[in-house]
Amino acid sequence: MLIYDQSRPGRRASAQAPLTQPEITEIPAGLRRRSRPALPEVSEMQAVRHYTRLSQKNFSIDTHFYPLGSCTMKYNPRACNSLAMLPGFLGRHPLAPDTHGQGVMACLHDLQEILKAVTGMHAVSLAPSAGAQGEFAGVAMIRAYHKARGDHARTEILVPDAAHGTNPASAVMCGFKAREIPTGSDGDVDLDALKAAVGPQTAGIMLTNPSTVGVFDRNIQAIARTVHDAGGLLYYDGANLNAILGKVRPGDMGFDVIHMNLHKTFSTPHGGGGPGAGPVGVSPRLEPFLPVPLVTFDGDAYHWQTERERPDSIGWLTAFGGNMGILLRAYVYARMLGREGMGRVADFATLNANYLMARLREAGFEAAYPERRASHEFIVTLKPESRQFGVNAMDFAKRLLDYGYHAPTTYFPLLVPECLLIEPTETESKEDLDGFVEAMIAIRREAQETPDLVKGAPHSMPVRRLDDVRAARQLDLAWRPGTSEDING
Amino acid sequence: MPFVPHTSEDIASMLEAIGADSIEALFNEIPAELQVGELADIPTGMSEMEIAALMQSRARADGQPICFIGAGAYDHHIPAAVWQIATRGEFYSAYTPYQAEASQGTLQVLYEFQSMMSALTGLDASNASLYDGASALAEAVLMAVRANRKNKSTRILMPKALHPAYRRTVRSIVENQDIELIEVDFDPKSGQTPIACIEAAVGDADLAALVVAQPNFFGAFEDVDALTDWAHARNALVIGVVNPIALALLSPPGDWGAKGADIACGEAQPLGMPLSSGGPYAGFLCCRQEHVRQLPGRIAGRTLDLDGKPGFTLTLQAREQHIRRAKATSNICTNQGLLVTAATIHMTLLGAEGLERVAANCHANTRTLVEMLCEIPGVEPLFEGAVFHERVLRLPAPAADLLRSLAEHDLLGGLDLNADYPELGSAILVCATETRTQDEMRRYADTLAQILATR
Ligand SMILES: Cc1ncc(COP(=O)(O)O)c(C=O)c1O
Repeated sequence: MLIYDQSRPGRRASAQAPLTQPEITEIPAGLRRRSRPALPEVSEMQAVRHYTRLSQKNFSIDTHFYPLGSCTMKYNPRACNSLAMLPGFLGRHPLAPDTHGQGVMACLHDLQEILKAVTGMHAVSLAPSAGAQGEFAGVAMIRAYHKARGDHARTEILVPDAAHGTNPASAVMCGFKAREIPTGSDGDVDLDALKAAVGPQTAGIMLTNPSTVGVFDRNIQAIARTVHDAGGLLYYDGANLNAILGKVRPGDMGFDVIHMNLHKTFSTPHGGGGPGAGPVGVSPRLEPFLPVPLVTFDGDAYHWQTERERPDSIGWLTAFGGNMGILLRAYVYARMLGREGMGRVADFATLNANYLMARLREAGFEAAYPERRASHEFIVTLKPESRQFGVNAMDFAKRLLDYGYHAPTTYFPLLVPECLLIEPTETESKEDLDGFVEAMIAIRREAQETPDLVKGAPHSMPVRRLDDVRAARQLDLAWRPGTSEDING
Repeated sequence: MPFVPHTSEDIASMLEAIGADSIEALFNEIPAELQVGELADIPTGMSEMEIAALMQSRARADGQPICFIGAGAYDHHIPAAVWQIATRGEFYSAYTPYQAEASQGTLQVLYEFQSMMSALTGLDASNASLYDGASALAEAVLMAVRANRKNKSTRILMPKALHPAYRRTVRSIVENQDIELIEVDFDPKSGQTPIACIEAAVGDADLAALVVAQPNFFGAFEDVDALTDWAHARNALVIGVVNPIALALLSPPGDWGAKGADIACGEAQPLGMPLSSGGPYAGFLCCRQEHVRQLPGRIAGRTLDLDGKPGFTLTLQAREQHIRRAKATSNICTNQGLLVTAATIHMTLLGAEGLERVAANCHANTRTLVEMLCEIPGVEPLFEGAVFHERVLRLPAPAADLLRSLAEHDLLGGLDLNADYPELGSAILVCATETRTQDEMRRYADTLAQILATR
C-alpha cells in the first residue's frame, strides 16, 4: 500500500509545520501555483508506521548476511552515525566562516592524512561524493595533466574487460574513448594484449586490484611499467581496497591516482543506494589538479583551499564540496581501527573469503579461478548446475533470499558465465559463513530434486519475482491522483 | 579486535579448512616487496568512549551560531521522526536495491519520492537522486544536449543570476565534453534575467537549452513563462533550477509558459537534510515523459510479480553504466539514497499545506529581517522587486569586515557576494528561514547597528 492510499483530504501532521501561515502579498499571482501539489495527507503516526513497515521489507547488514561482491557490505558501527550527527556538526552551514568550523575541519584534515598514509599517496582530496565521482575526478586530472604538458594526442583510456561499468562511463564523461583490455584465463590482465594496446594515444589505464574477479594481479609492476613507458598514467579503482588495507598500498604499486569508496572500505552506510564518499589520492605530479576544496593546517588553524589557492584544480564537483557527514563517519571508523586495525581488516576479509571459497569447493561448487588465492572476494560459477539442472545463477540468488541470505553479486563481472561474486567481509563470523555454505548445498539439492521450487523463488519475500520487462515497457514511475485503487488493489 | 568476531579457535580451524599455515600465507600472491610494514603515520586505535570524547569536543568547537546564510543550503526544522526512521538499520545499512524482492522497502520509498517530486515540479518523471543540486544541474545539461532532437547544438545558456557554485560545478563536470556554456547577464536594477540580456549573449546561434533558476540566486523571481516560451521558440529545451520549498507556493516548472519546462532539477536539502557543512544532500532531476530515456541515475518503477501482485523494481537500467558501460547516460552508480528516504518522510509529514506554511514563514521572516536591517542608515536592498526568502543588501562598509565582526557575536550575517559579484560593491545575501525568531532577527539588526556605529 502506498502512502498515498492512506491519504485523506484535510488530514495532516500539524505539529511538524509552523503553527501560523503568514499571508503572502508580494509574490505576483502569475508566478504562484494554481493548485496544491499532490502530496500525502496523513497523521504523524500513519507516516511513522508506514515507513517503519517499509523498512521491514528490506534486507540489510543489520538484519542479514549480505555477501554482495565488490560492495563490501560490512558492519557499519553505530558510533560512527551518532558521532557524525552531533548537533555542532549537523547545524554547521557550509558557508559558515572557518572560525566556526575548526572542529569539523580538524576531522577532515586528520582523515586526509590517514588516507594518505594508508594508500601511500602524496595528497588527498575528500571532495568526490562516491566512487564514480572519484573516477571522474581522477580521469579529469589525467586529462588535465596531459593537457598541461601540451600532449594532446592522448585520447584513450584503457579499461580491463572485468572492470566495473563506471570505469568506461567515467572515461567517456571526461572526453576519452574507453578501450577494453582482455583478462587472461588466470584472472590477471592479459599483459601481451596490454603491450599491444598502449601507445602515444594512451592517456592512462583504470585498474581495480585486487580485480573484480577476486584475485590480486601479480603482474601489477609490469603493468605499471608498460603504461608508464608509453607515457600513460595509472588509475586505481579503490572499490576493492578492503582486501589490501594496511597490507599493500596503491602508491607503492605505482598508481598515479586512486579513489577510495569510503562506503565500502571505511564502513560508512550504504543507505539503500547512498550516500557514499569517493576521496581521490594522487602522486606529486597530479597534485595541482586535485578537486577542491582541501583542508590545510598552518600549525595554528585549519583553512579551506579553493581554486584561488589552487588555480590548476579540476574544480568543484558539488556545490559545497562533498558528503561531509559521511567523511565524519569514516573518520570515526578509522580512529577506532587505528594503525593496528587497518591491516586486520584485510587479514580477516581475506581469511573469510578464502575459507568460504574452500568450503564451497569442498561442497562441489566450481570456483572460477581455482588455482588462485581469493582476495577478499571470489567467484563461483554455476555453469555446471545450470547445465545439469537448468537452474541458473539468478535462480540461486533468489532462492538464497528464502534462506535468509542476501544474494551475492550476480552476472558481474560479465566474463564469467553464471557467476556469483561472493564477498563475505571481515565482520562475519565463522558460523554465518557455515550457514551460507549449508544454504548453498541445500539449494543445489533442491535444484536437482525440485528445480521449479528454485526457479520460482523467492517464496517468502513480500513479493515474488517481479516482471522487469513490464516495468520497462509499461512505465509506472510515479503515482498520480485517481490511479491508486485500480493498480494497487 | 574491533568489528572482527573471530576467536583464535575460529582462526585455526578456518586456516585448516583452507590448507594455509597462517593468515600471512593468504597474501602470498602479492609480490613481497610491495607489502608494507607498520603504518607509523596513523594513530593507534581508540575505544568508542575515547573517540566520542574527541568528537564531542570538536563538535563544540564549531559553535552554534545563529545562521542568516542561505545561498543554497537552508536551516529548516526537521521533524524528529525523519532521522529516527531513516537511520533504522534496515534503511541505513542496505545496499542499492539490486535484489528487488529483498528491497521492497527502499524501492517503494524511491517510488514515493519520485511521485512527490513529480507532483512538486509538475513533470512526469523523476529519478531517485543525484549527488547534490549542482551536480544534478550538470547532469541536466548533459541530458538536454542528448535530448534536444531539434538541433545538434551543444550551447547552454546559464544566467549569472544562477548560484555561482552551480555554475562552477557545471563547468568542471561538462567542460571535457565540448559543451559551450554561455553566461547571461542580469538586469542591474531587478537582479532578474530579461530576454534582452539573453539575446545579447547568444545572437542567432542554435541552442541546446536555457537554464532558468526560480527563484534565482538573489532570491528574485524570473519571468519563467516568457523565458520558457522564448527558449521553445528557439528550439531550445528549458531546464528549471528550483527550490522544493518554494515550489509549495510557486508555479511548477511543468506549468511554465505554453508547453512547460522540459527538465527541472535542484537541491533536495531543504526537505529534511541537516546543513552538515554541505553534505550529504541530494540532487533531484525530473523531466517530461518524452525525455525519460535520457534521464540519468536510478529510477524505480511499479510492476507486477509472478502472482500479479504489485511491486517495485529498478527500471530502465539499459540507460545505466552497469549495462551500457561507455554508452551510459551517466557514470553515476551510488547516489544519495538515504537522503531520499529522509526527504520522502519529510514531505509526508509536512504535506502540501505544511510545506506551504514553511515557505510562507521563510518569506515573511526574510521580509521582517530586511525591514529591520534596512532601518540602519546605509543598509538597503540592492535590487527592487519581490523575493522568495533571500535578498541582496548593500552595506555601508566592507562586507567582509562586518561579517567577521558579526561572527564574533555568533551571528552568521549572510554571504559576502564580493568574490563572485565584485560589481555589486559591498553586498551580502541574507536569508531568514522559518526557524529564525523575532528575537534573533532583532539581535542581528541591533548588533550590526552597533558595529557600524563604533567603526
Ligand atoms: C569495482 C567498482 N568500481 C567502482 C564502483 C562505483 O562506486 P560508487 O558506487 O561509489 O560510485 C563500484 C561500486 O559499485 C565498484 O564495485
